[in-house]
Amino acid sequence: MADDHHPHDHGDAHGSELSEMQLRVRALETILTEKGYVDPAALDQIIENVETKIGPHIGARIVARAWVDPEFNRQLLADATKAVNALAGYDPVSAHLIAVENTPRLHNIVVCTLCSCYPWSVLGLPPVWYKSFAYRSRAVIDPKGVLADFGVTLPPETEIRIWDSTAETRFLVLPMRPAGTEGWSEEQLARLVTRDSMVGTGLARSPAETA
Amino acid sequence: MTNSIHDMGGMHGFGRVEPEPNEPVFHADWEKRVFATRVSMGATGLWTIDGGRAGLENLPPLAYLRSYYARWFDGLERIVVAHGLVGEDEIAAGRSLRPGRRLNRKMTLDLAKNFRGPMAPFERPAATPARFKAGERVRTRNINPATHTRLPRYARDKIGTIEAVRGCHVFPDSAAIGAGDNPQWLYTVVFAARELWGDEADPAVRVSIEAFEPYLAPP
Repeated sequence: MADDHHPHDHGDAHGSELSEMQLRVRALETILTEKGYVDPAALDQIIENVETKIGPHIGARIVARAWVDPEFNRQLLADATKAVNALAGYDPVSAHLIAVENTPRLHNIVVCTLCSCYPWSVLGLPPVWYKSFAYRSRAVIDPKGVLADFGVTLPPETEIRIWDSTAETRFLVLPMRPAGTEGWSEEQLARLVTRDSMVGTGLARSPAETA
Repeated sequence: MTNSIHDMGGMHGFGRVEPEPNEPVFHADWEKRVFATRVSMGATGLWTIDGGRAGLENLPPLAYLRSYYARWFDGLERIVVAHGLVGEDEIAAGRSLRPGRRLNRKMTLDLAKNFRGPMAPFERPAATPARFKAGERVRTRNINPATHTRLPRYARDKIGTIEAVRGCHVFPDSAAIGAGDNPQWLYTVVFAARELWGDEADPAVRVSIEAFEPYLAPP
């Protein structure tokens, strides 16, 4: 039986479950298609979109813009949905998006203890760890332990804030801009913004890490 | 079900969080089909996002504890049967035995081209003013409904502070059971970790939930 907290268990070691799942999934898709409920071409399109169109590259561009443009930063924190939808070259964000900013005194972390709510439109689909029982159970009671699992240690004076996504509001963490990036372009800065830094389980990469 | 296995905040025993370097979006082809099929059937509008969640929460705990997309698949199979779209006999046969019902809404290829995630807004016009305002202290109610709710167990009967008013939103507890949108004011309510977990908790940690007005009372 595959288990959410071992991402590798999705692999070949569990071939018997895999083939059983393959058969059951194919059978249900066949039934739904024959009954006219789903169109396999639409299913292919949905898969293509989530694999190629949405992803953390979108959030990274938003964060980089906020780092270089104080007015956009202000708008993003005031109403992230509106601020992102006013940018040219972005697909519209339909979610009620809320941006929360990390500072030297405050570190934000996002979780969904009840299911797997995640800001798809700016980060894509969530990684397995975000949906894992370990993360969902521990983030609210042992956030420092969870950060340690990601190799992140914060200064002891930093306050930690956990956002449990229990409604249809979605959260994007604005990580702190790394030191030594003065004068960098948005494009250069966006490369420092990792997915985990926008969920709060990581920090933006330093220039040295990308050199 | 409310006090079900899905309500995991604060549980022990699930081990370390194990990030996977360079993780793909999906780990197997069948996961892709489950994802897209569930999204596509969701577009029929026959059930709400909370109805879909309730379907997962109603799985027996051991079935819930399977891998993510296996759970999504089990939930989907149950919900299409529960809505009379597919018969148990058809699931058993692995093929369609009768023509399908007419659907008012469907995920077409054209709609799929624009798919970037859930598109329907959840905010609704407010019938009454918000009862609480930012900065007010509130006590979450001690509720244990047998049906769906989004008030986690760890945050029941706790004192917190309203941090923000997020507008008036579809009320999951109603939408999940087919009782309509029943819009309610939504708040970010923040708690000290010590209020939630006791005196041993880290004083530098605070936790917030998004709480609908019926979950809240004056302290």
